[in-house]
Formats: sequence, C-alpha cells, structure tokens
Amino acid sequence: MKKALATLLIASMALGLVACGGTETKQQGGNDTPSTEQGVANKGTEEEVTITYCNFNASGGNEETLNAMYEKFHEEYPNIVVEIETVAYNDYFTAMQTRVSGGTAPDCYELNIENFAAYASKGVLADLSNADTSNFNETALSAFNVDGTQYGLPGNFSNVVLIYNKDLFDQAGVDYPTNDWTWNDVQIAAEKISALGEDIYGIYAPLTYNEFFKVAAQYGGSLLNEDKTAFTINSPENIRAAQMMIDRVLVSNVQPTTEQMGGMGDWDLFQSGRLGMIPTGIWAFNTFTTGCDFEWDIVVEPGGTTKATHFFSNALVVNADSDKKEAAITWITWLASSPEAAQMRIDAGWDLPAIKDEAVLNTYLTVTPPENKAAVFESLDSLVVPPVIEDYAMMSDIITMKLSEAASGKISAEEALNQAQEECEAAITLK
Amino acid sequence: MSKQKKKSGKNKLLQALPFMIPSFIGMIVFSFFPVVISIFLSLTDWNGLEKLTVNTIFEHFVGLENYIKILSGSEFWRVLGHTLYYIVLYIPLVFVASMGIALLLNKKKKGTMVFRVMYYIPVLTSWVAASLIWKWVLSPKYGIFNQILAILGISGPGWLTSEVWAMPGIVLASVWKDMGFFGLFLLSGLQAIDPTYYEAARVDGANKFVTFFKVTLPLVTPSIFFCLIMALINAFQLFPQVQIMTEGGPNGATQVMVERIYTYGFSYFKMGYASAYSWLLFVIIFVLTMIQMRLQNGWVHYES
Repeated sequence: MKKALATLLIASMALGLVACGGTETKQQGGNDTPSTEQGVANKGTEEEVTITYCNFNASGGNEETLNAMYEKFHEEYPNIVVEIETVAYNDYFTAMQTRVSGGTAPDCYELNIENFAAYASKGVLADLSNADTSNFNETALSAFNVDGTQYGLPGNFSNVVLIYNKDLFDQAGVDYPTNDWTWNDVQIAAEKISALGEDIYGIYAPLTYNEFFKVAAQYGGSLLNEDKTAFTINSPENIRAAQMMIDRVLVSNVQPTTEQMGGMGDWDLFQSGRLGMIPTGIWAFNTFTTGCDFEWDIVVEPGGTTKATHFFSNALVVNADSDKKEAAITWITWLASSPEAAQMRIDAGWDLPAIKDEAVLNTYLTVTPPENKAAVFESLDSLVVPPVIEDYAMMSDIITMKLSEAASGKISAEEALNQAQEECEAAITLK
Repeated sequence: MSKQKKKSGKNKLLQALPFMIPSFIGMIVFSFFPVVISIFLSLTDWNGLEKLTVNTIFEHFVGLENYIKILSGSEFWRVLGHTLYYIVLYIPLVFVASMGIALLLNKKKKGTMVFRVMYYIPVLTSWVAASLIWKWVLSPKYGIFNQILAILGISGPGWLTSEVWAMPGIVLASVWKDMGFFGLFLLSGLQAIDPTYYEAARVDGANKFVTFFKVTLPLVTPSIFFCLIMALINAFQLFPQVQIMTEGGPNGATQVMVERIYTYGFSYFKMGYASAYSWLLFVIIFVLTMIQMRLQNGWVHYES
C-alpha cells in the first residue's frame, strides 16, 4: 500500500516536472508548413523565428479571439511563429515570477500595472524604445514609461465612468448628471436619493488606494512629488479628498458603511436597484446590461477642483534575456496597435485597444446600453495613471488599510493620511 | 552476533534502496533543496525576480538584517498576537467538538458509519471551496449564521467585516473543517481502550461522569497529545482560509504569519525578507513542539 502510494507520489512529481518543462508546447503547430512556404515567397530567404508569448487576459473566454488575431498576424509576418500560452489570472503572477527568476521566462508576456512597476525596476524587462508606437494613445503609452525608458506597450485599456440609476434619479426628482458635475452636485443628488428609503443609498466609491489616488488628483493632489523622490500622501489637497470620501460614509451617510453593506458587493448593491451612483470601470457594462432591470446610463466621472479619470491598462513586455527581441516587439506592437487586431478586439467585446484610430474605436459606440457611450472616450481627455514605483503593491496596501480605518471611524482622515505617509516613508525607499 | 545483525540490516537497506531512491529524489529536489536554499536567501535582499544563481546570494548578502528588521518592527509581534488569538479560540473549540464527535461515533448503533463519513467530508473539502461557503455563511446581513442567531433573538456581529469578530469567524470555519480529522484520531484512541477497564469501573460503582474523567480521558491522552501537536502546527501555518475569507483584513486584523510570508514574497517582491519570516516561524513551531514533547510525561499516559 505504502509502495503504491510512493509510486503514485513519484509519478505525480514526474508529471510536475513535465508540466514545468512543458512550456514549449506548440499551440499553433498547424500553421508551420504554409507559413514557411509563404515566407519564402514573400520575404525571400528570411529565417523563421519562433517566439513565446504568455498572457492572462485572454483566459476565460477570449482565447479564440487571440488565436484568430495571431492567424492574421502570421499572414502578414509569415516568418514569425508565436507560441501562445494563456494562463488563468490567479496562477499567472506566481508562475511568471518563478519563470523569470528561473531564467525560463517567455520572450514576451503580459503584466498588470502593479506587477509592471516591480518588474521594470528589477531589470528583467527589455527597453522597447525601438518599437513603432505611432498608433498608440499617448497617455496609455506614458503609463509604461519609467524614467524615460519605455518598458511596456499598453495591450488594452479600460477606464472608469460614473454609472447611475435613472429610475432612482426620476423618483428623487433630480436631473441626470452631466459631464460638468462636481462632487458637490453628486452630494446634493446623493442626499435626495438616500432620502427615498432606509435601504437606498446615493453613491458608493470604495475607500481604497485605487479610488483615492484618482480623487486626490481631482483636488490637485498626488501621492508622490513630481520626480517621485518623496511621498506627499498627507498634503492638504489629499486630506481634502479623503475627507470628502469619508464624510459620505460617516457624516451624510449617503454611502453605506461596511456594516450597512452587510457583506454585499458594490456591484450587487447597484444591480439590486438600491444605489443611485457608482463610479466604476467600463468592464461593468456587460454585467449591468444583463443584471439590471432598470434604466441606467453613464457620464464622465465628476471631479473636485479639476477632472481626473482612472485609466487601467495591462502592459505587454519583452524579456530582457530574450535573444529574439525584434520578433517579440513586432508581435506585441501588432497585437496592441494594429487596426486589424483592434477591430477584432472590439468585435469580440473583449476590451478596448489603447490606440488613436478613432474610426476603429467608433464601432464600439454602437453597442448600447449605456446610451451615452461617448463618455468612455470623453473621459480620455483627463486620464491619470497610477504612480509607478518599485514598491507599488506595498504602498497601495498601506494606503488602503489606513483609509478603511478612517472609514470605520477609528481615526480621522487627516490622521489616516499622516500615518500612511509615515508608514510609507519607513517601509519604502524611493529612488 | 551483532556483526551478523548489522550485515543483514545493510542487506535490507540495499534491497530497499531502489524503491526509496525515486521518492528520495523527489524529497531532495522539492523539499530539502528549497529548505536549504531558503536559509541562504533569508540572509539576502533578493527580490524573487532576478535570476537565481549561487552568485545571487553573495551579491545580495545582507547578513542578519532581515531578521533584525522583522524582530525589531511591530508587525511581527502584532501578527504573532493574531496567531495566538486564533490558537486560544481554536484549540479548545476544536477539541471539545472533535471529542464530542468521537464519543458519539464510538457508540455501536445503526448508521454510525454514515455519520463517520459525514463528519469527515469537511476534511476532504478543499479550503478554497470551504472558505467561499463560510464567507457566505458568515455574511452579516444575508448569511445563514446570523439569520439563525436572529431566530434565537440574538443580533449577530459583523463577522468578517468586523475587526473583533473576523478571527472568531475564521476559527468557526477552521473548527468545522478540522473536527472530523481530529475526531477520527480520538475515535481510534477510544476504540483502543481495553473494555476490561470499563467493567472494573462499573463493578466499583463509578457513574458515567466519573468513568469518563477517570478512565476514558486518561487512556486517550496519547491521541490527544498527537492531535494537540498537529493542531498547534496547523494553527501557526494558518493561511488558505485567511487568504480567501479576509485577505488579512479588515484593517489587518487577521494578518497571520504565512499570509505575511506570501505577501512579502509574491506581492512585495521581498523574497529574502519572506524567507527570514518563514525561518522565524519554523523556530517558533520547533520550540513549541519540543516543549510539548518535554511536558508530555506529566499528563500523557501510555498503556503499558
């Protein structure tokens, strides 16, 4: 029995070994033969290059879209063969960390913004200054530029808009929000909507790092000074922003406390028809379209003294140790910015390509709800990108923790930001 | 004679070797090597991303800095406090629950087998699934737990959303999941008790209560001892339920050792620091287990 067990264990370990070494598995094997022929025909004697590309974004529904994109790419560049590997988000970053440190990283791969910052500062990413970036949206591009070096290309993008429940606005007799609204207008509307019933709330904006750095920017604040050499977390502008967010919960209570939420998610609260407004990502559209049995629409997110809109993007990067950098750059540039790939991305309803080409982007507008989809693009005029520093994850954890302490009433907004400033200074060394 | 014995022992080892080597290789590659390497890594500021070679350790060598930083900071002690809070709640609860199960299942009645299986099912459930279920069970407004309390006229706490009640919530889930496991060990301990002891007790006129405390409990102490060591080690390695149910929150109230190790290693890219953390955890568990081993003579009765 024990022996049988031991054998089983060994067998499973051997399997593990195979799986670890199995990253070379070809997904696109079928395309090899025709491509070589075409390659000879089109580009003379150019040698065929095989590169590996690893991503998480296609997992859970868009693997076929990605494959279709690759087939199109391969028609255009028959001498480049891409072996695509799609890994689920939850396993992706531990796997990638192991592979990078083990020297078996793919030639090019995808990173989210949190991990991008860490990878870029640790010298494992290649300089992409040679890439043709003419088709890209500049703000998106700048998110992956660290101290003047382009380490990543924006593979996609999404932003945040204010989504509102039209029915609740009608019931409360409040005019629908416009692009010119500020948080003061929101506060007035939220109070009227909250007054509709005990279980109805005006707005929900989570007290987290992600929400905060954007609202701070709307009041002219920021988390770091301009050359990123010092934290400015407890600046007067930031305190004003945090105070506004926390007062909504503790003072006017137009936003529910954690206890009032009762373990419910904010999207669920909106879909249950009990929430007036929610600033959230455009990735909520599909869920809300099927989940809401009331009318809803969007506007550009209101601001404080100025406008600032979230921008989220995943970076496509090239492994610094790769010996096929050129081919890898060709592939990720094409994937992220060619009109063909962009069109396929939009047609599949995957996400938005971070490109300038408005003709392609316009096809996105035709899908409703929301009615006012143009707000998605109007938001692009005031994008803010998260501050890219080496210890990004730690900074964001510290700030989120302090803000939620303030939201529970344990400490004041000012104390929260003072403590966050202190802790970040103690734990993080900026360059 | 001793020579002969030694020789035959050697022969047996030779025979066993081919069977052992494969699993040995697995042990060495997947357990021994990483353990040894992590000692060296704990003396570096390696970030877990740069390619790992022998040189890495020299290039990033920082001596005992990681250990000093951890022990002189407040976080380690706070997190250790959370673990102790968990232990204080978890150990008594899990023992009462699993002893109850063991006593119930020790009766020879119809359907006992079915119940034995039922109580063991949580043990076999993956922590991910179990944590998700418990997250729902403990949801303050919509969870079944608070609804049952409401029927009894008690207004339930915020559980995982409350700094005070989050850890007890995790304890509840852990007790539910582990009681079948420890129950099974205690049951085997109960069944190993010689029935003549009970007969003697009955003849002497002992009632059920006295029999339990004077006969059953002392004779089952070896099983209890084993369970106690296992439970304590498990408690210090508390992780999946925390990671899924609260992610260390709210406001860091359920941050525990392994959760910190994971966060530092894979989220903050401080692999050296995380390695030092895990060696400190090892020392704590090792010392506590040694103390338990020493103390066992005082209360564990092995039937001779």
